[in-house]
Amino acid sequence: MSAAEILKLDGIDVFYGASQILFGVSFGVEKGQSLALLGRNGAGKSTTMKAIIGLAPPKRGAISVHGVAVQKFTADRIAREGIGFVPEDRQIFPEHSVEDNLKIGIKTGVGGRSDWTLEKIYDVFPILASMRTRMGGRLSGGEQQMLTIARTLMGNPDVLLLDEPSEGLAPIIVEKIGELIQRLRGMGITLIVAEQNMHFCLDIASHVAVIDKGHIVYRGSIDELRANDDVKKRYLAV
Amino acid sequence: MDLDALMRCVGTTSCIVTQLTSGMIIGMLLFLIASGVTLIFGVLNVINFAHGSLYMIGAYAAWTFYQLTGSYFVSALGAAVAVGVLGVLFERFLMSKVYGSNVLMQLLVCYAVVLISDDLIKIIWGPVSLSMGMPVEFRLPPLRFFGGVVPPFYIFMIVAAMAIGLLLWLVIARTRFGNIVRAAAVNGPMVSALGIRVNLYYAAVFGIGSALAGAAGALAAPVRSLTPGMGFSILIESFIVTVIGGMGSIVGAFVASIIIGLTRSFGSIGFPLFVDGVMFLIMALVLIFKPSGLFGRPHNK
Ligand SMILES: Nc1ncnc2c1ncn2[C@@H]1O[C@H](COP(=O)(O)OP(=O)(O)OP(=O)(O)O)[C@@H](O)[C@H]1O
Ligand SMILES: [Mg+2]
Repeated sequence: MSAAEILKLDGIDVFYGASQILFGVSFGVEKGQSLALLGRNGAGKSTTMKAIIGLAPPKRGAISVHGVAVQKFTADRIAREGIGFVPEDRQIFPEHSVEDNLKIGIKTGVGGRSDWTLEKIYDVFPILASMRTRMGGRLSGGEQQMLTIARTLMGNPDVLLLDEPSEGLAPIIVEKIGELIQRLRGMGITLIVAEQNMHFCLDIASHVAVIDKGHIVYRGSIDELRANDDVKKRYLAV
Repeated sequence: MDLDALMRCVGTTSCIVTQLTSGMIIGMLLFLIASGVTLIFGVLNVINFAHGSLYMIGAYAAWTFYQLTGSYFVSALGAAVAVGVLGVLFERFLMSKVYGSNVLMQLLVCYAVVLISDDLIKIIWGPVSLSMGMPVEFRLPPLRFFGGVVPPFYIFMIVAAMAIGLLLWLVIARTRFGNIVRAAAVNGPMVSALGIRVNLYYAAVFGIGSALAGAAGALAAPVRSLTPGMGFSILIESFIVTVIGGMGSIVGAFVASIIIGLTRSFGSIGFPLFVDGVMFLIMALVLIFKPSGLFGRPHNK
């Protein structure tokens, strides 16, 4: 692919202890693109996300962000290179208030960018503004999902990794999260969304990579996937 | 057992004042040490079994600084800072290597440090006990409250320890540093994934906890004799305090330290042979009725 790739994975192998989870995973995203990483339960989506942010460092292969090789960096360093990570189990700080959760995320982006402020967050996430003193542990699942996305945005990332943002949420909330992601895309942020739910991704993604048993088995644009019944049947249980 | 003597004491204000202040200075020394133990445990999830050695080093360092400078305040500050720096080095080069390991491994590393520092103390300062004596700044006539006699240094010690404790609490509860430290205590990897150099915060917390022990040593130097191994018994007591107050709770450490301090001072009159027994009894009762400690939260690791 082109040199405009803001994030690129090149043949990464990831192990948990002795067992290999990812096998030569390669893909990239260009600035402003939105890539859906689709796959079934246990396919390796979260592991891929953790590999990128440095929480599950690859044993082999390369990961580059803005052309910088980051595969040996610690998570905090990778985050400062412009990667924002939103984990699948939210991981908000339960005994911190909503506002304190957000404040922990404060960081300037690459090149000192600081587009996201508390005011802007509260503007985009009015629900959080109304509960800024509430403890994180007392939010509903949907509110926690909003908070964890907002907390990561406070660090002004160039690429946002969203791990199953729709998981375990009521359809109406899923819809809201979808709208939010659309809005973020409109602001020009680059996205990688890991999902089992292909339908959720059809609206929010421009490109897609399908992962199965730790291998990338398909890459294409979202429209190509729409037309490809074979891939949908074989890997996505549609 | 001499409960009559205890009754006689609590019958006179002068005896109450004397025992209260001596109980408070025992308690405040314990508090400074236990709050470091509990802070380090709460954030890093390791028990620093070498914390007593840091207290000892703080006391000896204050003694030497006092010989050199003749100023107690400078010595105390110097000792706290020096032990804080030592703590950071200890964390970076030893403890951080065994964070993932089991407790036995951590215990072993700490025990090695305890043995080495006891020997170093003997080599540098000699095996016999030293005493600093009352620093020049505090060679003042004793104060009298309700007929009880209180050396001015005792007042200074109590106020200083409380001020340090309050400052510590403010830093942890109210600052960005504290906000991040509390988050790192719950979920270090997530804090790191938000771009924060979490290892620096771990080292800083270890350094602060160590500096508290150093400050305790410096405050103890004028009123305790300095001996190699002096850190051991106070370490055991600070563990009792930590268990009673609740692991990870600074407020709990404060309350429990005062309980233990007063038990020691009044106990030494009423049941001198059974003071340790009573301390363990209090701990056992707390463990039975509130296993997470008076101020500990059950879900704390
Ligand atoms: N900490 C771990 N230790 C060992 N194996 C793990 C660990 N975490 C995940 N695995 C295994 O790695 C494989 C991939 O897991 P991963 O979490 O990446 O899948 P996923 O695609 O995110 O699945 P899901 O849709 O359930 O979130 C699974 O087989 C899982 O059992
Ligand atoms: Mg997953």
